[in-house]
Amino acid sequence: MNEILQVLKDPQTQAMLRTQVVQHLVLSLTSVLLATLVAVPAGIWLTRHERLASPVLTVVSLVQTLPSIALLAFMIPFMGIGSAPAITALFLYALLPILRNTYTGIQGVDPAARESARGMGMTDRQMLFMVELPLAFRVIMSGIRVSTVMIIGWATLAAFVGAGGLGDMVLMGFSMVSTGHIIAGGVPVTLMALLADYGLGRLERAATPAGLRVSEGGH
Amino acid sequence: MVRFEHVSKTYAGGHKAVDDLNLEIERGEFVCFIGPSGCGKTTTMKMINRLHEPTAGTISVNGKDIMQFDPVELRRSIGYVIQQIGLFPHMTIAQNVELVPKLLGWDAARRKSRVDELMPMVGLDPEEYRDRYPKELSGGQQQRIGVIRALAAEPELILMDEPFGALDPITRESLQDELKRLQAKLKKTIVFVTHDMDEALKLADRIVIMKDGKVHQVATPDELLRHPKDEFVAQFVGRDRLAAAPELLSVSEVMIRRPVTVDPDHGLAEAVVTMKKRRVNSLLVTDENDRLLGLVTANELKNVQRGTVASVMRTSFPVTTPDARLQEAFEQMFLAHLEFLPVVDTDGILVGLVTSTTMVDALSRALWTDGEAS
Repeated sequence: MNEILQVLKDPQTQAMLRTQVVQHLVLSLTSVLLATLVAVPAGIWLTRHERLASPVLTVVSLVQTLPSIALLAFMIPFMGIGSAPAITALFLYALLPILRNTYTGIQGVDPAARESARGMGMTDRQMLFMVELPLAFRVIMSGIRVSTVMIIGWATLAAFVGAGGLGDMVLMGFSMVSTGHIIAGGVPVTLMALLADYGLGRLERAATPAGLRVSEGGH
Repeated sequence: MVRFEHVSKTYAGGHKAVDDLNLEIERGEFVCFIGPSGCGKTTTMKMINRLHEPTAGTISVNGKDIMQFDPVELRRSIGYVIQQIGLFPHMTIAQNVELVPKLLGWDAARRKSRVDELMPMVGLDPEEYRDRYPKELSGGQQQRIGVIRALAAEPELILMDEPFGALDPITRESLQDELKRLQAKLKKTIVFVTHDMDEALKLADRIVIMKDGKVHQVATPDELLRHPKDEFVAQFVGRDRLAAAPELLSVSEVMIRRPVTVDPDHGLAEAVVTMKKRRVNSLLVTDENDRLLGLVTANELKNVQRGTVASVMRTSFPVTTPDARLQEAFEQMFLAHLEFLPVVDTDGILVGLVTSTTMVDALSRALWTDGEAS
């Protein structure tokens, strides 16, 4: 306990922590944002090309099974070190939950809603934006949430390719055999992940159309 | 309004869902498509708004080939109601109802006044329901919204795909009544697919019976009951229902088979006792072979103290036969101010009795409860 307090009292460590928290956030959020920008349209596209859905999802799941350290190391020959390889690797990991949830979310839209939308004369675009996306919103959001929490944790490993972040503090603790440093690096990661989970959960509920919330709330 | 000319629909696998269909639907007509599952009725309906496209032949709406229309615009000009209702759960009732007007670019004020005009037509108060969500409504209320949503942009033509099929019988009946009332008022052309013959008979101006992708018989409900084209139609319409058509009922189907009779040589006092015991106010007089000889009524017996039944009975009175149409028997009774008619066969043997009560019972059964009775 004392050791931790001592680490935290050191103004130099404090400054380092502040920078690392920011780096960590930038790494994680950039990866998730990029993954969202790619995976949501890709998921929509897959619902329009059913036959490709299964092979594409399989390939993306394969990425998920690669050990993260291995993937990061694999990036170095191509992208060198720094945040670029780290963000690329984290981006690849973040894809699957978002892609899968977008695909299944839209797939799961009540066929009756889709049929009446078409029968009433909606264009494909109108159907997507007025019916499918609003109805799949919650499922897509929960994919983004899962990715975010996961990526905040994994971003710790970005330190291995010199991308900075709280992983640096943890690595420092390893090399100095200092539990204080390991905890000072690790705890903020956990807190950040929990906070992101909570915040996105709130956002998800706030943005869910009222008509879809009715069922849970009971009335 | 809608004309099918040699329309066929062949699916990729070679299955012919609709086979050389020809049909003309008049403006303001309520047409029901009915047939066993897989007969092509739903496919036929969905070709009208191009949810399915014909592989041969032409369909025209208002004289214009539907293939000339942009499918999206065509669909916006045609109302559409489906069995699963298909309200959008994330939109309020008002947003659901005004959807097609919105797609068509009506301004907000016009859309709102249209919603407020439509909701009372199906008995829903706009103030109360406008801002609710579909989940807060019962199934019957939801489909009422489904119906007015189809009416919102004032289409002339409305397609309905088994719209009441998923509702409980009581709700279904009341929606059928409301639809019929709306149709009488708004004079829309309605193409209605159903598998429920009662529903078709109740709602349709004309019923199109389909079988194997072809039109098998087109007829008004009345014609269909009177002249089913063949055994298939008769079976589909249902034997019970054919028999239950009130104008087709015969006397033998409704008559009382064992009326209270009395021997001609019975004493009057005895006859009175029989009447009291059996709670009737008349007796049919028959011989030992059940031949009908005459009739005595309580009124006539009141003033006579002595004698036999034979001495006071009336021997001249109207009778009917078992094969006679119930309608004829009713007219006979009505014109002669009678409360009953004995039924005799060609040999003069008494076989039954029809009374005004049995007739009313039979007619009301046929008219109002045929579905449940069968």
